[in-house]
Amino acid sequence: MASDLVLNDVTKRFGTFTAVDDLSVTVPQGSFFALLGASGCGKTTTLRTVAGLEEPTSGSIWLGEQELTGLRPYKRPVNTVFQNYALFPHMSVRDNVAFGLRRRGMKDVAAQVGDMLDLVQLGGFADRKPAELSGGQQQRVALARALVNQPQVLLLDEPLGALDLKLRRQMQIELKRIQTEVGITFLHVTHDQEEAMWMADTVAVMNAGRIEQLGPPTEIYEFPASPFVSNFLGQSNLFAAEVVGKSGDDLQLSAYGERFAAPAARARATAGHVWLGVRPEKVRLTEPGQQPPADHNWVRGVLTDTCYAGVSTEYLLKTPWGQEMSVFSANQSAGEPLTPGTEVVVHWYPSHSFVLQRPDGHGEQPAPQYAADPLGVAP
Amino acid sequence: MTALIGTASGGAAPGTPPEAAPVARNRRRWSPYLLLLPGGLWLLLFFVLPSVQLAGTSLYDRSGSLETGYQQGFAFSNYLDAIQAYWPHLLRSAVYAGIATVICLVIGYPLAYAIAQKAGRWRNLMLVCVIAPFFTTFLVRTLAWKSILSDNGALVEFLRGLPLIGDDFRLLATPAAVICGLVYNFLPFMVLPLYASLERLDGRLLEASRDLYATPVQTFRKVTLPLSMPGVVAGTLLTFIPAAGDYINAELLGTPNQYMIGNVIDSSFLVRLDYPLAAALSFLLMATILIMVFAYVRRAGSEEVV
Repeated sequence: MASDLVLNDVTKRFGTFTAVDDLSVTVPQGSFFALLGASGCGKTTTLRTVAGLEEPTSGSIWLGEQELTGLRPYKRPVNTVFQNYALFPHMSVRDNVAFGLRRRGMKDVAAQVGDMLDLVQLGGFADRKPAELSGGQQQRVALARALVNQPQVLLLDEPLGALDLKLRRQMQIELKRIQTEVGITFLHVTHDQEEAMWMADTVAVMNAGRIEQLGPPTEIYEFPASPFVSNFLGQSNLFAAEVVGKSGDDLQLSAYGERFAAPAARARATAGHVWLGVRPEKVRLTEPGQQPPADHNWVRGVLTDTCYAGVSTEYLLKTPWGQEMSVFSANQSAGEPLTPGTEVVVHWYPSHSFVLQRPDGHGEQPAPQYAADPLGVAP
Repeated sequence: MTALIGTASGGAAPGTPPEAAPVARNRRRWSPYLLLLPGGLWLLLFFVLPSVQLAGTSLYDRSGSLETGYQQGFAFSNYLDAIQAYWPHLLRSAVYAGIATVICLVIGYPLAYAIAQKAGRWRNLMLVCVIAPFFTTFLVRTLAWKSILSDNGALVEFLRGLPLIGDDFRLLATPAAVICGLVYNFLPFMVLPLYASLERLDGRLLEASRDLYATPVQTFRKVTLPLSMPGVVAGTLLTFIPAAGDYINAELLGTPNQYMIGNVIDSSFLVRLDYPLAAALSFLLMATILIMVFAYVRRAGSEEVV
């Protein structure tokens, strides 16, 4: 492939702290690739090693046939959109956007700068100073300033982090449009799982300097590879279970004395200790006195909390073995939500289950609780 | 509902006297002037009034003397006399102060940059070192330089031992000595404002510049230097202005051949007791500095720093 971005065994240590741990990944040319993770997981450091603002402690970075490692940042055919934009405050929007072109010795840059400002819909703002622009407009200038150089890879370091929710949505759509229009590889770093899923073709979920799972958003969401991923991207209910047999295409599982089924095709482990997982929106509530469908997995419980959120109601319930479980129920009928204290049965299609490997000793206590949104910024 | 609105606007809220709001507004309007008052009074008493007095003195009829008393007149010829007699000193002051300012900038900029951007936890210690000379008085510091530069000091002995430097080489009593003294004494006035503006410099802007194909030299010229211009302007003004009026360095490290305008004013007032001429020279110095500063600030394009 002509100019895929390839990271080979990249490790970056700061003193004794390992920020990026033996990371290897290939970002295909022209793709929109998101590095997703909590703060401190090494995603920004990874980006900075590609930009040349940090040198990896070991490993190498390639862009097609060209090795980037060891090159000074100003010699690399990549550009960055910085987290707080880092616009030059003493220059007009026009001079900011023209900066990269002029440094490479181009004289007649007016046309290119004008086209680029039109692309980010800032045609009339060329003579303003960055301080005279709103956050969203500054963000666009930062994007234009990087894109005008036609880099082979555009690096985006939490570019939308400083914008409010509505503007962020708008810019997400716009970024996606621009990426399709210019066809440049976008490497996007974010801690916002929705943003990553919304925009990227491929999402890499990072944790502690490593990539936990990599793939298209639907695959990562529907069939996560690890308990961390299952709770970092959205939420999951995980039950510590054992595989007790197989019938047809389904695994038979036992957890806390109850029997469950899950398709073998959606199992990361087919024997021994496993996690049985199901997404809260896949689970349905049965009102008291009603029976769940015969072939469904089901769990009995007592509602402990009810959060009405308009489009859906989020229920928390306690299972007989004391584990908390969450259920999202779309508010399709006009009825009142169930009140805490109600005894209910929840159930789901076996094919909505997924099965993850569970190391010995894990889950003897209730399932580990991962914060779904550690920074509390996702909507 | 109406009651609520009434309370919110403070118009008829119970317990609040209706005249309270206008009083508060009045107070707010006057507070800037009250804040200006102490400094304004000080300047009026110790700068404006003496300046008027000095302007009057500079126009005295010079046929008088301290014993016989002066006649207040409009002897603008005093200024012509002063220029005719002492233009070399005026010029020398501007040249020495200008050279010293340039040297201060050349030494001070890298120093301030290193302290602001690279010193890390040593930053405060290094700043103290910059200010440390202020802990002794100006006069003592300059006297110390006199002994360092003196003809039988170790430095001159060493330099005389080098090839190509003759035995009659000396440092003291040369223009170089006076300029060295000025540089030494006014360097902190250059470093501190430079430090203040370089310390505010956002490292991410330098990263952005490197990311946008700028070499280190281009980054300095296009980003670092323009963003530190307020510090450069403030530093050069704070160095040039007092250096141009200085007379201690010329007095202690130079000879009458290196005397600056400050020395002439000093001796006119205190030795020759020629008050009108001394006052005229003082105003000439002030005018020279003002003209040069305005020209400089116009060129540097940052009027807001003055």
